[in-house]
Amino acid sequence: MSNKNANPQLTGSEILWATLVGEGVTTVFGYPGGAILPIYDALRKFPIHHVLVRHEQGASHMADGYARASGQVGVCMATSGPGATNLVTGIATAMLDSIPMVAITGQVSSKVLGSDAFQEVDITGITLPITKHNFLVTRAEDIAPTVRLAFQIASSGRPGPVLVDITKDAQQATAAFDFDAAAPPAYRPHPMLRTTAGSIDQAIELIQQAQRPLILAGHGIVESGARDQVIAFAERRQIPVASTLLGLGAFPTHHPLSLGMMGMHGESWVNHAIQQADLLLAFGMRFDDRVTGNLAHYAPNAKKIHIDIDPSEINKNVKVDVALIGDLRKTLDQMLPNLAPHSDTAWIDQVNAMKGTAAVRDIINLPDNGHLYAAHVINDIWREAKAAGRLAQTIIVTDVGQHQMWEAQYFKHDTPRSLITSGGLGTMGFALPAAIGAKAACPEKDVWVIAGDGGFQMTAAELSTIVQEGYAINIAVINNGFLGMVRQWQEAFYDKNYSASPILSPNFVALAAAHGIAGANVSQRKDVTPTVTKSRTSGKPFLINFQVEKEDGVYPMIAPGAALHEMVRRPTHDPLLETAEDE
Amino acid sequence: MLHTFVALVSDKPGVLTRVASLFRRLNINIVSLTVGESERPDVSRMTIVCEAPESAAHRIKASLYKLEITVDIDEVGRSEAVIRELCLIKVAAGPAHPLGQSSRSQIFELANVFRARVVDLAPESIMLEMTGSSSKIEGLIQVITESGYTILEVSRTGRMAMRRGHHTSRVLKALGTTNGSGSQVNSPTDWNSQPAADILPNEFPEVHPEEDREDET
Ligand SMILES: Cc1cc2nc3c(=O)[nH]c(=O)nc-3n(C[C@H](O)[C@H](O)[C@H](O)COP(=O)(O)OP(=O)(O)OC[C@H]3O[C@@H](n4cnc5c(N)ncnc54)[C@H](O)[C@@H]3O)c2cc1C
Ligand SMILES: Cc1ncc(C[n+]2csc(CCOP(=O)(O)OP(=O)(O)O)c2C)c(N)n1
Repeated sequence: MSNKNANPQLTGSEILWATLVGEGVTTVFGYPGGAILPIYDALRKFPIHHVLVRHEQGASHMADGYARASGQVGVCMATSGPGATNLVTGIATAMLDSIPMVAITGQVSSKVLGSDAFQEVDITGITLPITKHNFLVTRAEDIAPTVRLAFQIASSGRPGPVLVDITKDAQQATAAFDFDAAAPPAYRPHPMLRTTAGSIDQAIELIQQAQRPLILAGHGIVESGARDQVIAFAERRQIPVASTLLGLGAFPTHHPLSLGMMGMHGESWVNHAIQQADLLLAFGMRFDDRVTGNLAHYAPNAKKIHIDIDPSEINKNVKVDVALIGDLRKTLDQMLPNLAPHSDTAWIDQVNAMKGTAAVRDIINLPDNGHLYAAHVINDIWREAKAAGRLAQTIIVTDVGQHQMWEAQYFKHDTPRSLITSGGLGTMGFALPAAIGAKAACPEKDVWVIAGDGGFQMTAAELSTIVQEGYAINIAVINNGFLGMVRQWQEAFYDKNYSASPILSPNFVALAAAHGIAGANVSQRKDVTPTVTKSRTSGKPFLINFQVEKEDGVYPMIAPGAALHEMVRRPTHDPLLETAEDE
Repeated sequence: MLHTFVALVSDKPGVLTRVASLFRRLNINIVSLTVGESERPDVSRMTIVCEAPESAAHRIKASLYKLEITVDIDEVGRSEAVIRELCLIKVAAGPAHPLGQSSRSQIFELANVFRARVVDLAPESIMLEMTGSSSKIEGLIQVITESGYTILEVSRTGRMAMRRGHHTSRVLKALGTTNGSGSQVNSPTDWNSQPAADILPNEFPEVHPEEDREDET
């Protein structure tokens, strides 16, 4: 009772905002509705910017993009029922890629819970398998401790989304507020989270013995902030580095030890290097099936060392010889002092020699033949940023499909968090809202959306949000008239039966104009760079519709069920490439 | 093979759903699951028996640990622990039975052999209570049936397990439990200052699970 004098009595809604302010939140993405109105009523009393989205899926992707760009917890909110279910795709997207996010939903009053009240949905039940944890809060006094715990859970260990469902009566009731007293107990690492000195010695021994070691650089490097340690590690032992899609940028692509992306659409020499290696060092990556191909034939000659913060990832897909459980940066810090330098470059030379004919096959070395290829567009966006000295200040946000893979191949990422893409769930419609989140987090950076004509239409309503917020976001629609990735699979595995993959699109430039966004159509290679510069320097949102080759394919490609070395190489005699110089 | 896990989980609403949902996601069938209070007011104790390949044990354990509600997980082998089940069996017997009064005495005898107790006697039925290993309980059920009696109802709790000897959860020990080995830690924040190997050994001696664990029957 004495607390009452010391601490102010606030409504649950005010407690929520005050707690968010205390957690350092400056921006939230959301959409109001009946069961969350008390919270919106209190919003304007607090120094938090609310971005009104056009669909709650956009809110969860924005919070995700905000988190990926900044490393901070992203926050989204929605009302009960349909508002909450609309968040689901974005929550699952964040879960699969281990993104720290807190989602707040309004809920019907605790007195009517479970009665099929208006807009009641069991959102904690629905999101149970796609959140790291979730809470139902029914009392105002529980809001501050629960929200603080949610932030801790979202951002600690292996990050992930946490949902807090707050009943309307809890929002309206009053309670004493004390931010410090609401702090959760200090974060305890996972009880299984221990690497013993013994296993570190074992790992060091394997490394010293290896002739053909390879680092597999994953998303965990970004989440752990271990970039410097990984660079030091690779340089100390002259170990080449292959990246996962989500690991791109974690290790600088321009570094001489960088090989590029591994896996289904990785370059041939990267996958061959994996198959020939005698030691794989998996740094914060989870051996996704897009990365390994057929497991029975994966890296048959290699011993494996896996460093991961999540013990359930160990031996999940690939059996490893030494597992080091814990934060990557801390683990590498423990290993580095014991790692003797090594300067033999025979293995790297061997890997580089495997690049051989790849350059000849690479479309990027094809002179202009009148066709516009997506690969050229993306590579030109990279060149333009580089020429302008803006590379370190550029964030690319992709959607899902062929353009996503071309981005991974032809945009050379040198900095962590410079590529934002949905890897694990592969969520079409992700790019535009995630880019809004990224721009909100990093207003000084050049943010590019690279999306296909299909995926862009899934969340195009958020164009209106861009204008409302005045965000100068660059939008590149890679328009091939098809759901390109689906079409490619139908070409390869379904006898070119293009069922439901041709897609009609509106005039995207006119659509942008309807929102008050300037734009341009580009169908010639020569127009790409000038238009990109125009967009980037306009200081306003800008949409470019790139009318590209319709039936182009992403290569190399590993067919489902095939082993890593059994990739389909880039075609050398493609009629489209006839002007290219063959070997 | 059958795995027996003892899970200490925080005593909050929805905890059972979280555990059950995890097994559903892993596509692993739960054979039995018992939940009840433990020696700590805020911690419930579950014994989960499931059918899964031997190599799945690590994955199940690590996944259970990922639930925020989990305090500790232990997998116990048959030789290391006392594993018991409680069973109530209702058998048709009594004056109305074709064997008449002797049906009752015969059931009493069978119950005696299996150390089951008679807990209810009605004109047309007898209820037996038995505690023991699952195989003993199955033995009693089988003998009753084979002796020509009709079983009207069976209710089994599923297995409960506790390690033999002076064993306490490593985690509770680290938190400073009264039942621990004396290593008292003042608060959870002291956790990080503990020598790693002491309280929380690396759980990965067996990196190739299929080659290990021969110690269990
Ligand atoms: C159309 C399409 C095609 C794709 N093709 C490819 C492809 O060709 N090649 C490819 O690589 N990917 C591809 N992907 C992406 C793929 O599906 C996976 O998302 C990706 O490989 C996962 O990368 P990751 O394991 O590095 O990241 P995550 O899936 O994010 O895993 C990160 C790992 O790091 C761990 N970790 C987190 N924090 C820490 C820490 N602090 N310390 C230590 N460890 C930590 C986590 O526990 C986890 O195990 C494709 C996706 C799509 C949609
Ligand atoms: C929400 C969702 N629905 C369906 C898919 C399956 N899918 C993966 S790629 C793809 C085609 C994408 O087409 P487009 O957006 O035009 O990009 P492109 O492949 O042509 O670059 C589809 C339908 C998906 N990943 N996400």
